[in-house]
Amino acid sequence: MSEPKKLAIIATKGSLDWAYPPFILASTAAALGYDTEIFFTFYGLQLLRKKLDLQVSPLGNPAMPMPFPVPVMAQALPGMQGFITKMMKQKLTDKGVASIEYLREMCIEAEVKLVACQMTVDLFDFTKADFLDEVEYGGAASFFEFAGDADVTLYI
Amino acid sequence: MADFDQELDATGLNCPLPILKAKKALNTMNSGQTLHVLTTDPGSVKDFAAFAKQTGNKLLSSGEDGGKYTFLLEKA
Repeated sequence: MSEPKKLAIIATKGSLDWAYPPFILASTAAALGYDTEIFFTFYGLQLLRKKLDLQVSPLGNPAMPMPFPVPVMAQALPGMQGFITKMMKQKLTDKGVASIEYLREMCIEAEVKLVACQMTVDLFDFTKADFLDEVEYGGAASFFEFAGDADVTLYI
Repeated sequence: MADFDQELDATGLNCPLPILKAKKALNTMNSGQTLHVLTTDPGSVKDFAAFAKQTGNKLLSSGEDGGKYTFLLEKA
């Protein structure tokens, strides 16, 4: 076959719901034969932690479907985020949706390059020990080295 | 009696799991061998056609029966 297609993703969000698009698209692209890289920056760095503890919150997200109406004030109550996260995880399992851990593992197995933004790693006082061993570290210029001739580039 | 080399039951699984698992199964097979896939995800119909088109693995046949979808892939 000819030169493989290339997919470059920038992952900027670190909540459970927003962890899905980069890992779903990257694992699928890899299965289709794409050479794939995800560049994790700011809150997206949470997706690289050895042990994931991703949460989801209805706060500031009026579009989140709720099984029953919860007033915004009540959404801010202690324990609410944990409760909503638990509900979301149950729903994902019930619907046969893969866990983030599984999709991330698929990406690693398919040799998707996981690159952490060095500047934001420093900014938030993370250390390399916080993240998976497979993670590489780079800056904006190294992102363009890959993305410069990518066929698809996504900012998530 | 089975007219395929391997079978993958991906029923109950949602996007992109059927594709990822099919790809994994194909990785263990030889060129020309066939993989029979079962799914319940309606999105898998378009996805397997797209998968075949982009990977060169042939989609020999596909079918639907009462909410269950079947695909027969031949490894490139």
